[in-house]
Amino acid sequence: MTQAPTKAGRGGPAAAEAAVPGGAVSAGMPPLFESAAEVEQSLRGVAYLPDKKIASVVHLADRLHKPVLIEGPAGTGKTELAKSVALMTGAPLIRLQCYEGLDEAKALYEWDYRKQLLHIQMREGELDENASRDLEGELFGERFLLTRPLLAAIRATEPVVLLIDEVDRLDIETEALLLEVLSDFQVSIPELGTITARTQPLVFLTSNTSRELSEALKRRCLYLHIDYPSVAREREIVLARVPGIAEDLANQLTQLMRSLRSLDLKKKPSISETLDWARTLVVLGTAHIDAETLASTFPVLLKNQSDIELAIKELGDHTMARP
Amino acid sequence: MITAVEGLISELRKIGFPISVSENIDAVEALRFVDLGDREAVKTVLGSVLVKDYEHQSAYEAVFEIFFGLRRLQGVEAPTGQGADGEQRDGDGASVFGAGGAGGGVVDEVDDAGIRELLIQALRRDERLLLQTLARVYVTRHAGIQPGRAVAGTYYLSRTMRAVGPERVLTRLVEDATDEMGAMSVLDHRLLVEDYDWRIKGFRQEVEAEIRRRLVADRGADAVAKTLRRPLPEDVDFITASAEQVTALREIVAPMARKLAAKLAHKRRHKSRGALDFRRTVRKSMSSGGVPIDMVFRRPRPSKPELMILADISGSVSAFAAFTLQLAYALRSEFSRVRSFVFVDGIDEVTDILQSADNIVDVTRQINAEALGVWLDGRSDYGHALDTFWEQHGLELKSRTTVLVLGDARTNYRSPRAAVIKQMSHRAGHVFWLNPEPESIWNSGDSVIAAYAKYCDGVYECRNVRQLRAFIERLG
Repeated sequence: MTQAPTKAGRGGPAAAEAAVPGGAVSAGMPPLFESAAEVEQSLRGVAYLPDKKIASVVHLADRLHKPVLIEGPAGTGKTELAKSVALMTGAPLIRLQCYEGLDEAKALYEWDYRKQLLHIQMREGELDENASRDLEGELFGERFLLTRPLLAAIRATEPVVLLIDEVDRLDIETEALLLEVLSDFQVSIPELGTITARTQPLVFLTSNTSRELSEALKRRCLYLHIDYPSVAREREIVLARVPGIAEDLANQLTQLMRSLRSLDLKKKPSISETLDWARTLVVLGTAHIDAETLASTFPVLLKNQSDIELAIKELGDHTMARP
Repeated sequence: MITAVEGLISELRKIGFPISVSENIDAVEALRFVDLGDREAVKTVLGSVLVKDYEHQSAYEAVFEIFFGLRRLQGVEAPTGQGADGEQRDGDGASVFGAGGAGGGVVDEVDDAGIRELLIQALRRDERLLLQTLARVYVTRHAGIQPGRAVAGTYYLSRTMRAVGPERVLTRLVEDATDEMGAMSVLDHRLLVEDYDWRIKGFRQEVEAEIRRRLVADRGADAVAKTLRRPLPEDVDFITASAEQVTALREIVAPMARKLAAKLAHKRRHKSRGALDFRRTVRKSMSSGGVPIDMVFRRPRPSKPELMILADISGSVSAFAAFTLQLAYALRSEFSRVRSFVFVDGIDEVTDILQSADNIVDVTRQINAEALGVWLDGRSDYGHALDTFWEQHGLELKSRTTVLVLGDARTNYRSPRAAVIKQMSHRAGHVFWLNPEPESIWNSGDSVIAAYAKYCDGVYECRNVRQLRAFIERLG
């Protein structure tokens, strides 16, 4: 909490803080991690298996105090990464789920006008010249401020992880309101002044690339593209997340995934679907995948009839051909 | 180090990466936090700061390899100790392996057949370091790089790979594996082949990297970057695109169409708001004590235009036509109707073909198989094609129709019959012409674009995906 002796109490009009430019806040803050290798170790500790690239970008984000823009196909662990980072640093996760039509009132802050109306009605009797001026001050004080995720992350007194999920769903106009938060970690509220972050949150933005994000937003972020994992990494993930799976099966399964993803499917299977499939196979007690198991369990993996047909045509059916 | 970063950035800017000053500063700043001996880490870190677009990733990697590739050759050799975690079943492999790391003394004395044997073993066991050494040996023996010669990376690569013979290696690997494991199902067989194929591709990349390293050592990074400079996918010229580039383009056009559709839909919805919805405004004002704080407006319902595309599919412009058709088809939800026609000297409707196949390769194959668009001799005749279109479909043009003609207007000195376009533009709302040729050579030779331009609402140069995207954005 602050020592600012304002009427409104905690937080207050951060006049003193506003004088400090965003970058200076970081100076006093020790980095969370020593090296990329440490990030990798810690992430593994919370059962997220990163590749080198992911680890070094997270490390860099912490050092440079920059948000990370994560792009990539659906179901490759973009949101999961932010959650895991929160888990491993022990910081609370503040999540802003974006959708079309999200506005300032839902993302930043809002005045609770219902309470304000009530307050005015309560004070109606005693209104004279002086009191009404006081009243105005009260109305736009902390009491009536509803904090939304972005402001909450800025005002947090302890380090937090801020996740702005599916930022590509935001309207182009609304995207601009993120800019101040992301570059300077501050929010300007006309009635209260500028509020600057005391501890810089680690910020992750995820995007499914359903539209092009603005250059201004990209410029402020580090860019991380998470693709489908390599065979080796996916095998590791399967072995870690699916208890009781035999190594041979995991091997074959992940090779199959690569081959499936190279087909021209409408919706390529994601890691989470791989895991579902692996669990299914374990439950069914399969030791080795053959064309028959493939055909009967494809619906776990592929959610589209034409995709299933294509995959069966390519990979399944024709029985033993070579000696 | 800083000069290498500066070289990298200026080269990237030359290619067309939008790198701002602040990103430049970040890049230098970022290097403070990374182990400079670890090339991959440097590559990732610089990439995350400089490249904010997945489509540009491979272009970035190519440039990075040129400017930072040399470091590995001179600097610390990759740690040889890493080999310890790979199983070293026979001593032979291990000794060669060690020597290779130190500079390739022993490997140099092995003859070509022996090297091939080593390569196969290395591929089977997937030993990265041995593969790197072998790539070095292959390049030394077979690429025939001569210092001071003009840079020709792809030529050296194909020479080396011819000596490697990837198909033969693959067959050998698969045969060995089948001998060892006996019978296997088709599925397993396929997976096996794919896996080995993957490894061979990895080896090919090693060879490519090795060649690049040598070229850079010989000529300097700037010279190599200049000769190997390739445009970003969206800047690739349609007409001169190689088969490889066309494949790369195909990959970026699909997601681009999706993004574009989202953008157009957004624009349409937000262009103007509809009339005030009085009932809902009053309902909403209840929560604020009857004061209408938020107005509610009706959703606007602008009418969507109908699109008719006439695409020239003769020879050199066909790649351009294919992309535009694909893009227009992907955007069909943004138009009330999209109808596509192809022509050479005759004209045929292909709307149904586009609808049934979701892959542009299939579409092209089908169009070629049925010889659509061909009337007499299969040489471009814009006059006849447009005339036929007008006769058959002229009455279907309405004021909401937008006609899009794609072609270079090179009509083999036949009559352009430009009056048809005039009639079309009278009936239809708009007639636009997209020409894949550079504007400077319009109207030269048999190009009659000026005759048509008189009656079009606009004629645009459309040589690459970037220009195509800009046009469609304006259209929607």
